[in-house]
Amino acid sequence: MPTTTRVGVVTFPGSLDDRDAARAVKAAGAEAVSLWHGEATLQGVDAVVLPGGFSYGDYLRAGAIARFSPVVSEIIAAAGKGLPVLGICNGFQVLCEAGLLPGALIRNAGLHFVCRDQRLRVESTSSRWTSTYAEGAEITIPVKHGEGRYVADAATIDDLERDGLVTFRYLGGNPNGALNDIAGIRNADGNVVGLMPHPEHAIDDLTGPSSDGLAMFAAVLEGLVAA
Amino acid sequence: MTPPTDTVEIAASTPDQPQPYAELGLKDDEYAKVREILGRRPTDSELAMYSVMWSEHCSYKSSKVHLRQFGENPPRSDAMLVGMGENAGVVDVGDGLAVTFKVESHNHPSYVEPYQGAATGVGGIVRDILTMGARPVAVMDSLRFGEADAADTKRLVSGVVAGVGGYGNCLGLPNIGGEVGFDPTYAGNPLVNALCVGVLPHSRLQLARAEGAGNLVVLIGALTGRDGIGGASVLASATFDEEGVTKRPSVQVGDPFAEKILIECCLELFDRGLVTGIQDLGAAGLSCAFAETAAHGDGGMTVDLDKVPLREASMVPVEILMSESQERMLAIVAPEHVDEALALCQKWGALATVVGEVTDGDRLVISWHGETIVDVDPGSLADDGPVYHRPFARPDTEQDALAADSSAKLPRPSTGDELRATLLQLVASPELCSRRWVTEQYDRYVIGGTVLAMPHDGGMIRLGDETTRGVALSLDGNSRFARLDPHAGAQLNLAEAFRNVACTGARPLAVSDCLNFGSPEDPAVMWQFAEATRGLAEACRELGTPVTGGNVSFYNQTGSTAINPTPVIGVLGVIDDVAKRVPSGFTAPGRQIVLLGETADELDGSAWAWVVHRHLGGTPPAVRLDAERALAGLLAEAADRRLLSSAHDLSEGGLAQALVEACLIGGVGARVELDGDAFVGLFSESAARAVVSTADAEAVLALATRHGVPARAVGETGGDALAVDGQFAIDLAQLREVFEATLPALFG
Repeated sequence: MPTTTRVGVVTFPGSLDDRDAARAVKAAGAEAVSLWHGEATLQGVDAVVLPGGFSYGDYLRAGAIARFSPVVSEIIAAAGKGLPVLGICNGFQVLCEAGLLPGALIRNAGLHFVCRDQRLRVESTSSRWTSTYAEGAEITIPVKHGEGRYVADAATIDDLERDGLVTFRYLGGNPNGALNDIAGIRNADGNVVGLMPHPEHAIDDLTGPSSDGLAMFAAVLEGLVAA
Repeated sequence: MTPPTDTVEIAASTPDQPQPYAELGLKDDEYAKVREILGRRPTDSELAMYSVMWSEHCSYKSSKVHLRQFGENPPRSDAMLVGMGENAGVVDVGDGLAVTFKVESHNHPSYVEPYQGAATGVGGIVRDILTMGARPVAVMDSLRFGEADAADTKRLVSGVVAGVGGYGNCLGLPNIGGEVGFDPTYAGNPLVNALCVGVLPHSRLQLARAEGAGNLVVLIGALTGRDGIGGASVLASATFDEEGVTKRPSVQVGDPFAEKILIECCLELFDRGLVTGIQDLGAAGLSCAFAETAAHGDGGMTVDLDKVPLREASMVPVEILMSESQERMLAIVAPEHVDEALALCQKWGALATVVGEVTDGDRLVISWHGETIVDVDPGSLADDGPVYHRPFARPDTEQDALAADSSAKLPRPSTGDELRATLLQLVASPELCSRRWVTEQYDRYVIGGTVLAMPHDGGMIRLGDETTRGVALSLDGNSRFARLDPHAGAQLNLAEAFRNVACTGARPLAVSDCLNFGSPEDPAVMWQFAEATRGLAEACRELGTPVTGGNVSFYNQTGSTAINPTPVIGVLGVIDDVAKRVPSGFTAPGRQIVLLGETADELDGSAWAWVVHRHLGGTPPAVRLDAERALAGLLAEAADRRLLSSAHDLSEGGLAQALVEACLIGGVGARVELDGDAFVGLFSESAARAVVSTADAEAVLALATRHGVPARAVGETGGDALAVDGQFAIDLAQLREVFEATLPALFG
């Protein structure tokens, strides 16, 4: 009987979806461990979620200040050793600022904040967070952001596409003008995934448009138990 | 060289010094009364405090005599924990939980500076809810603008919507519904009404009182700056003239990140029992917070104003007292808790400063570097302001002409093609088209408790992860009906919000209102106000839903043109199990469609008359409160028995609009058959009606009979068109395109 899997959820000042991420972690069957931005410890967790919100008010640039917090330094080091890390929305922005994922997220093409139920295609199941999906699965998960337009230089985009690192792609309309309709990407090792949509808001039909997001939290658990 | 600070000592020795009371908005007799209360001339600081505290915005001096109706002889309700008069009313929802909610206006600032005006409107109402000890859990907004294609509308819509969204999204509060309206009378007078709802365990209820001599007065949150000085008296309490836009410095600037920290910090202060009283800083800033907490406590208060942390060191006492800088709270803390409280604030990164002390006297005494600049009875500021019995009179000639100008003479569509074209025209109009362009700019998911949000009739949230209980809310304010008949119009708005909440499956419980009107100095406007409040108080008694609090916004007029009277009514309901919520859209094909309620030929003031003919006249639909109550009872029971697949209220645009929305929300078509005049059947706006879909029409019809609600099966869901037998059919794809295109085309 394995001990309960522990998934850390980071709270920065201005994090908003941290409780939601913790709820999703619990719904998937793991223990959610609250990690405080100012403490340089991961408390021995098995995986980490960087939740959505406006860390440090998004001042300077979304994710730019959070990237220098003590907890993120720990996460950068641990991710290098294979710790599964999921960055959602603002968390994705932090991962890009921290250099764990390439590219950047800039102001939406329409210049408005966009909250909508978004159809996505799962482009890669070769990650710790997407292994439970069927390749090419179409899922519906909310997006809600003002700065979610994924951009990178042409060479980076080519690399992402060639190496199959694009993990999620927008379907039925691109909400923010992201290059190649990119909604989420992973690193080459598959332990770090960042995406703009919010899987933690799609864990049941009562409070979300679907329960399609739950599989992401279940995937990391499965991987950890299997390991 | 700045002049020396005016002290009580100087004031006593210079009784004849002229004072700029008129510029600050005080009338001659009000100034005389201040002198009488003090027995001397006021100091500059005192004058500033009286001018803001006695302003229309803070003192409700014109509305008080009418608002009393809500408190006297209120409807019987066991649910009220805290009634009117506090920052927000508190309603018991069971399981030891309570809910507090309130709607408030931020109209004038939003015209001057749309983004910040709207943003700080949200921030202000959220702090009101926090002040009661509640965690804010959702917001809603009710917005009004001039004609959608008028010159200034795009600037205002874009700024206001971005402001409401920018603040609420960053604060992490889901926006779960509201409304947007356009009418030429709002040109130059947009309305921005924001509602917030919060949840608290009974034990955490806080009151805005400074009690216990020796307790300390702690200012928490943002630095005090020069923004918003005189907002309440300058902006909110006078009619705009042509210089309106030059008043920009009076608009506050919001920082939602600071407010988010303030919320978490205050909630932890409450949970750890570290405060004995709390007050938010809103209109009139520190003046109001000092005066109200001192007046409602058991003693007096001394304040060292020079201890207030400033954004600009050169600020003088009057500016500090008048500043409406956002994201600040005033807490009363016992001396033995003060170190722990200050440390907790530091943990959250919220500035906290001891600025005063509760005394066993009965005066509010404020000093500035050792000299006394204010020495007043705080009750004279907070409670004993002027009360006006403003003259009011029905403008008979105008109102009679309006009533006589019925829509009956307008040409009506009769053939199927004409009805089809009329429906499409209405669906595409700014009045009735999709609000998606607005609502997509608001986060409706954050916190993870949103069960229903726009485009459903009402918003619904689950109160926490450990409970199945939820609350539903709707915010409605049809101003055309109120223009035709303010008494009936206010009642119809209440009825609509009540019905919308009932359609979600919740039981309506309580009311908050935001009463937006023109100048109270105009007897015709004051008549509208008197009629609307009378109508609302009566209808609240009939429906058993007490008014728990709200807000009055006067002077919504430019020059001599007042806005349509706009009583915006928020209704809150409770549902024991949110899994039993009823959506507004059709959910599956093959369901029977049942029309509940009675349809009469009632098209005066309708969306049809306005959109197609730009006509407003006649008599609004009959108010039928008994029928509303019966309908709500039926809907609650049917929802509880899980008989309903969907329920949509019938209001603006009538059955046609309800069917269009129900089809488009769910992406499921419908076929209906109408008896009688098809035009009336489709477009009449008779009250007390809803359209539901069900897998068991027999049971719904039987239940309707038992509740005394007229009901008729009118068709079936399915297909990919909305079809009216013998008249027309419209593909959903075409309907959606027409419905969705309008606002993006207007506002980008």
